[in-house]
Amino acid sequence: MRDLLKLKKKAVEIRKDVLMMLEKAGSGHTGGSLSLVEILLYLYHEKMALKCETFKCRERDKLILSKGHACPVLYAVLSDLGFFPREELWTLRKLGSRLQGHPQFGLPGVEISSGSLGQGRSVAIGFAFADRIDRTGAKTYCIMGDGETNEGQVWEAAMTAAHHKLDNLCAIVDFNKLQIDGFCCEVKEMANYRKRWEDFGWLAVEADGHDFIELERAFDKISGEKERPQIVIAHTVKGKGVSFIENKAEWHGVAPKKADLEKALAELDAAAKELSRV
Amino acid sequence: MLDKSKGKMSTRDGFGKALLALGAADKNVVVLSADLTESVRAHWFREKYPDRFINHGVAEQDMICAAAGLALSGKVPFACTFGAFASGRAWDQIRVSVAYMNLNVNIVGSHGGISVGEDGATHQALEEIALMRVLPHMTVVVPADGEEAYLATMQAAKLNGPVYLRLGRSDVPFLNRRSDFVIGKAETLVDGNDVTIVACGHMVYKSVNAAKKLKEKNINARIIDLHTPKPLDKEVILKAARETGAVLTVEEHAAACGMGSAVAELLVEECPVPMYLMGIREHFGVSGTPDELYKYFKLTEEDIIREAEALVRRKKR
Repeated sequence: MRDLLKLKKKAVEIRKDVLMMLEKAGSGHTGGSLSLVEILLYLYHEKMALKCETFKCRERDKLILSKGHACPVLYAVLSDLGFFPREELWTLRKLGSRLQGHPQFGLPGVEISSGSLGQGRSVAIGFAFADRIDRTGAKTYCIMGDGETNEGQVWEAAMTAAHHKLDNLCAIVDFNKLQIDGFCCEVKEMANYRKRWEDFGWLAVEADGHDFIELERAFDKISGEKERPQIVIAHTVKGKGVSFIENKAEWHGVAPKKADLEKALAELDAAAKELSRV
Repeated sequence: MLDKSKGKMSTRDGFGKALLALGAADKNVVVLSADLTESVRAHWFREKYPDRFINHGVAEQDMICAAAGLALSGKVPFACTFGAFASGRAWDQIRVSVAYMNLNVNIVGSHGGISVGEDGATHQALEEIALMRVLPHMTVVVPADGEEAYLATMQAAKLNGPVYLRLGRSDVPFLNRRSDFVIGKAETLVDGNDVTIVACGHMVYKSVNAAKKLKEKNINARIIDLHTPKPLDKEVILKAARETGAVLTVEEHAAACGMGSAVAELLVEECPVPMYLMGIREHFGVSGTPDELYKYFKLTEEDIIREAEALVRRKKR
């Protein structure tokens, strides 16, 4: 980890951006964006070290946000990396904006259009095959939601990747245990989740998806795998970082109102202050 | 080039031969299959270029999205299966991961139409033209013979944006073309000024035969091979409608929302003339031999002649 404190501070700033974007947009997906902050920051800053200057380069590592509804956090992280101006964040979901309600291919930094769940993993397989054919050495990371893995296509892709031994493919599940209709386990049983992936032929590891050190340990464990595709099951909290949004299914697809935003920003500012004191 | 010595060939065979040629010509061509490799004639490519062949098993949705990932990486993917599954089963994958991103993905649906025969309704695709032409960016090609299929495949590999190729199972005679086959350019095969017959796929040679018999009845039918229902060759269709004053469309597809509807949408806006859309109306496929089914669904040469005559009578009223 190059600078743990810096990443932690950045996580607070990204959460603030996400909430401000959503409040301005008046709609969007709050819970699943906030649960993904550390995972995205870790991947972009530590794992892929992707820069906008190298984005078009054929040998780059790729990140696919298959759970496209969490795009506010992707936009915030990409903008922070310099892929597009920060002012553009405040155009989210507005007519004429490049920041569509779900990610659209063409916005710098966005690898694919996504939003119809279950498709990103299969697109990632296409990237992985192409990188194998061209021997680029690049890796493709694909982030899915836990509810998203209800989709049958996810398991079609799981079989394809394992059968073809796509070791250059890594999936991450944002396992925040909630989906639109409530707890994942109540919507559809999620028992033995890790074993399911292992039975499908994947190398599966688990981690606290809000702890940069744990994320690093998990990705270290799977790096160098030469046979199987890998999956990091990242245990997260939906709405993480804002007390009244955390762990509430009703915050899946709702944006904060002005009063909510003020309360949330106050909490996050306090968290930032705490980090500065360390 | 294609060996035409037998006088006939299925469009899937024409496609398979083209894949082989493309394999040699372009190292970026990759072929994906969903467990129907020989049926869609991708097996010749598989034997020659195993490193650029991917079998997804019975997983069409996964296959289409993987083709998108390959296209995003600069490859030229051909994703092949039966038309019923290529177009219907994976429609949302085509919509979001292919058409929305306007990717160079070639989707190949063989076994289109009722001429699939005995397999029956589930395997007889009657909706692909409708499902594909509604999507922005999509090009839809329905070759009429083995040579068109060969050339369409070669051209699709170079075309920008997604292409859906609808292929047939059974052998059809080679047509006598007058000009070079170009995707998007309709071909007038027979001249005539009494009525226009616009056809695609296997219905083209039947229409040409029907035109010969119509001539004996003093009706000069113009025959247009509309191998590309989208984008539509407006110029050729409008000229024909103006000059003949009546248009019959013939396709081995649902009459609703198919090639005929594409023609009708153009003509209703720019040159309304009496029309009739031959196709399958409010009916799923059924088992039978191809010839039995052409009779059952009223898509024989005699049916084309009857409807053409009826249109000429309507025109005179």
